[in-house]
Amino acid sequence: MRFSGWKVFTEGLTGNRGWAPHWRDPEPKPEYDIVIIGGGGHGLSTAYYLARDHGLTNVAVLEKGYIGGGNVGRNTTIVRANYFLPGNSEFYSHSLKLWEGLSEDLNYNVMHSQRGLINLFHSDGQRDAFARRGNAMINQGDDAVLLDRDGVRRMLPYLDFDNGRFPIHGGLYHPRGGTARHDAVAWGYARGADRRGVDIIQNCEVTGIDIDGGRVTGVQTSRGPIRAGKVAMVAAGRSGQVAAMAGMRLPVESHVLQAFVTEGLKPVIDHVVSFGMGHFYVSQSDKGGLVFGGDLDFYASYAQRGNLPMAEHVMEAGMTLMPMIGKARVLRSWGGIMDMTPDGSPIIDRTDIDGLYLNCGWCYGGFKAVPASGHCLAHLLATGRPHAAAAGFRLGRFRDGVGLMDEEGTGAQHNLH
Amino acid sequence: MRIPCPICGERDRREFYYQGAAVALERPDPEAADDAWDAYVHLRDNPAGLTRDLWYHEAGCAAWIVVTRDTVNHEILDAELAGEAGR
Ligand SMILES: Cc1cc2nc3c(=O)[nH]c(=O)nc-3n(C[C@H](O)[C@H](O)[C@H](O)COP(=O)(O)OP(=O)(O)OC[C@H]3O[C@@H](n4cnc5c(N)ncnc54)[C@H](O)[C@@H]3O)c2cc1C
Ligand SMILES: [Zn+2]
Repeated sequence: MRFSGWKVFTEGLTGNRGWAPHWRDPEPKPEYDIVIIGGGGHGLSTAYYLARDHGLTNVAVLEKGYIGGGNVGRNTTIVRANYFLPGNSEFYSHSLKLWEGLSEDLNYNVMHSQRGLINLFHSDGQRDAFARRGNAMINQGDDAVLLDRDGVRRMLPYLDFDNGRFPIHGGLYHPRGGTARHDAVAWGYARGADRRGVDIIQNCEVTGIDIDGGRVTGVQTSRGPIRAGKVAMVAAGRSGQVAAMAGMRLPVESHVLQAFVTEGLKPVIDHVVSFGMGHFYVSQSDKGGLVFGGDLDFYASYAQRGNLPMAEHVMEAGMTLMPMIGKARVLRSWGGIMDMTPDGSPIIDRTDIDGLYLNCGWCYGGFKAVPASGHCLAHLLATGRPHAAAAGFRLGRFRDGVGLMDEEGTGAQHNLH
Repeated sequence: MRIPCPICGERDRREFYYQGAAVALERPDPEAADDAWDAYVHLRDNPAGLTRDLWYHEAGCAAWIVVTRDTVNHEILDAELAGEAGR
């Protein structure tokens, strides 16, 4: 089944009875060329690009829950390419380009909306840092506009510009930044991979990784053993536990990140806005809810729920930045589990075990990475060489200290990211 | 989340600074191999379940505290002064 205007029209006339499931529900086969552990955004996009670009379709994605139940369906949907450091900047630039053609490529509307993203600054030092970041973004081939106070006021008149503590001096505007519908991204990639022959297997938990003489030979699952030539661990917040099945300890500590959404409102916030001092960011979903969040709760957690101090902190920052937000009622909040690396940047690499690959460490920013992450991991799996855009995402960089990407400039230490 | 400081009693999480897994108490020998230092500085067990973290009672008595905690439900089972926590 392909989506088209004509299909939507005729289904509308015939009671929407002709829609079929978007992917099959196959039984796991005893053996695959490649097994991907984790059916989140990154695992599904890896499978899709393995099939689309490399013709590798004897592939299974094993998901312990259901597609879209992990972080890919829990994030605040921001998509941007405003990174600064070499290694990161070309990767996120590559990802944004893939986003721009994604709905068409997948024949699935991921509702990628380039509504523009504005990072506010509140001091001279921050202005200088943002000017420099903007130049780096332009150099990497993306777009950035440094707005002064009046420039921001014209676009975001509802902010409290004269806040005594955090007066708004301006903002870095990234017009191609925006949001996308997170579930649709997972569903679109799942469908695209399935249509090319990949098996998407839900309710299948990997419980062991089989290694023989330094080489991976398959996995144990809640639905029986599956042999595999190559295995990719793509389990986001659960990366630590999945790697432990292969006897590995990772440079990862899992933390909780909360998000909040209000009742549906008429259009009021046109862009994605982030508050450079108070750790607050907000956008409005297409359904009308204000979607916002802030920092991690900053302690190791697998609870998929947060704690009150950070919820209060986020609300306070929101009220400081845009007092009007106080009129909106919060509908719900939730937490997701982030695989935090010491430098806040991801890992896409082979491991010391032959045939075993790792994709993790996406921290709080991995949704925007979904297309490029899969694209680059598929390249590594298929060709044995890292893709140029992800060549910096090495597992060994912490051990040898070469090529750390501490984008926040806070230091390569676990509790700082 | 409330953390029971051995000196001050149960206090709000906001009073504490989180340092991470309590590995800091197992500092390798300065001459130890790179692998030992990599494990100490970067690699983590990262358990879903019981863990021992280091917290600093920043807005209280300024003690470093080893907290035994369940990362799945945020329950706190024990807290002892880091100086008294065995290796
Ligand atoms: C509140 C919040 C807000 C965020 N906001 C943004 C944002 O605005 N922009 C942005 O770019 N990023 C954001 N992120 C980060 C982003 O969501 C994540 O980095 C990214 O989704 C992680 O990759 P994934 O989609 O593959 O993860 P997941 O969807 O979590 O996929 C991992 C999958 O692995 C499965 N799994 C785990 N263990 C096993 C096993 N043993 N066997 C089988 N399957 C297993 C899990 O069930 C899960 O489905 C946010 C995250 C959160 C929580
Ligand atoms: Zn105390």
